[in-house]
Amino acid sequence: MTDDIVLNAEHVTLRYGKFVALGDISVAFKTGELTSIIGPNGAGKSSFFNVISGARVPTEGKIVFEGRDITGLPQHRYVHAGISKSFQITNIFPQLSTHENVRIAAQATVAGKNFWSKRSKLVETGEAADRLLEEVGLGGAGHRNAAELAHGQQRALEIAMALACSPRLLLMDEPTAGMSPEETKNMVQLIERLSASRTVVLVEHKMKMVLGISQRVIVLHHGELLADGTPDDVRNDPEVKRVYLGQRKQ
Amino acid sequence: MTSMDIPTLAAPTLAQPRRQSEWGLWVERHRVLLVLAILAILPVALPYPALAINILIYGLFATGFNLLFGYTGLLSLGHAALFGAGAYGCGIAVAALGLPWFVAIAAGIALAIFVAAVIGGLAIRTKGVYFSMVTLALAQCLYFIFYQWTSVTGGESGLRGVAVTKIGVEPLRIDLLDPYQKYYFFLVFVAVALAAFSRILQSPFGSVIEGIRENENRARASGYSLDWMKWMSFVLSGAFCGLAGALNAIHLGIVSIETLFYTTSGTVVMTVLLGGMGTFFGPIVGAALFLSLEDITSNWTSHWQLIAGLIFIVCVRFFPKGVWGSALARFRS
Repeated sequence: MTDDIVLNAEHVTLRYGKFVALGDISVAFKTGELTSIIGPNGAGKSSFFNVISGARVPTEGKIVFEGRDITGLPQHRYVHAGISKSFQITNIFPQLSTHENVRIAAQATVAGKNFWSKRSKLVETGEAADRLLEEVGLGGAGHRNAAELAHGQQRALEIAMALACSPRLLLMDEPTAGMSPEETKNMVQLIERLSASRTVVLVEHKMKMVLGISQRVIVLHHGELLADGTPDDVRNDPEVKRVYLGQRKQ
Repeated sequence: MTSMDIPTLAAPTLAQPRRQSEWGLWVERHRVLLVLAILAILPVALPYPALAINILIYGLFATGFNLLFGYTGLLSLGHAALFGAGAYGCGIAVAALGLPWFVAIAAGIALAIFVAAVIGGLAIRTKGVYFSMVTLALAQCLYFIFYQWTSVTGGESGLRGVAVTKIGVEPLRIDLLDPYQKYYFFLVFVAVALAAFSRILQSPFGSVIEGIRENENRARASGYSLDWMKWMSFVLSGAFCGLAGALNAIHLGIVSIETLFYTTSGTVVMTVLLGGMGTFFGPIVGAALFLSLEDITSNWTSHWQLIAGLIFIVCVRFFPKGVWGSALARFRS
């Protein structure tokens, strides 16, 4: 039964003082699926993302990854457990080369603490970096400083870095934020390609884009679960319509 | 097949990013030998060897500091404690315990590592300017402890009698009263230290600390424990600074209490900024410039620090990457 569940958020509650950012949310993410979490601004998407990616410890509830309770583990341990993430705001190592950016990420689970061996001898991390850059469409840009890349390329770089630890669950926080329509199109294609062989959880507010590519959509509203189902279910859900359309017409 | 058969992919990634010329790559690869070649002719090139010895010692101190400041991106204002711990550790071992010189140097490094582990362990819990302030405060604590603990440290008048004058390393007999012999004896230690330093920079750890300098959040999200990495960087930095301190104790035959004072920390920050933070050779260039400056200007006036300060401001204004850092940037573009 639990075999196909990769991550289980059980009764997750997150409070800031009296404010309830997340109120008793339970979601089980299935292996191999692309699940999107959507909702209007302030719905609790980012809070939920932070909780399942280890950046915040839930006030109540548990995060269970592959049957193991990982609630409250330090953030970097999440990566070693097998959960990786890309940020809403581009987070890269600007003054290092694009290749080195990915290589550092690839090395974390292999030899991060080693201060004596030559890293040039870790051929596999260098190769992994090349392969991942190729996969996200940055094949020829390895030698360039990451700061020199265009915004869309930096987002792609960040995804390559998130993939570098071979995660069994990839979390993405608004991967198309701030992108031009052209860049968004490329990113959507990239996400579709990646999700073909991986478990991906996406947090987005662009509903249209999400409905096109997800197998499952979760809608949050005021920190609570509003809807959970296939894109078609969600599209026709009267509650979702009310929240989204109602808000827009005001 | 995979990229296995393309040799450039396995090449050192430090060299790869900056799109360097063949010549630049060659320099990068042989940086330790090149630095040592320059250091080897230093006492002959300078007007007198005592200045060269100081450059060697403060160059090593600044190099150790650069690991934390230039590579990890943490500004410690308490590195006097590490340099001083090296000096007192070595000095006490010789003067009070009568231990042989090589044990004394090891004791100096060990004490510096211990002090770095404690100060670093406390300071890494803070960030930014708080980190600097905590390191400064803890280093001043050490200063006052050593100031008060007269029976062991000599207190205000300093630790006297660190007499290491003749050293027999079969079949050599080294006379440390001869400044040239002393210089080359010290150079052996500095050579080993620089080789180790270069090795650390080339290690996986070396790339991670640069990542932390560039973006802490990303380093953490990539699966690195920031606490561990920063602490380790602090401790390794302590080992190099401790060796520099130990050599300084042997060099001067006395450890003055000012060694531990915060001005020593300030000097090393200036030295690294002057030479170029985050570059391999920069701290040594900085030490050479700073000490030469002191040497020349102090002949004219007792207010030499005023002149040094002005020149420092000019340098930082026109060479924000430091003298060597700016030269490198020009060389690469």
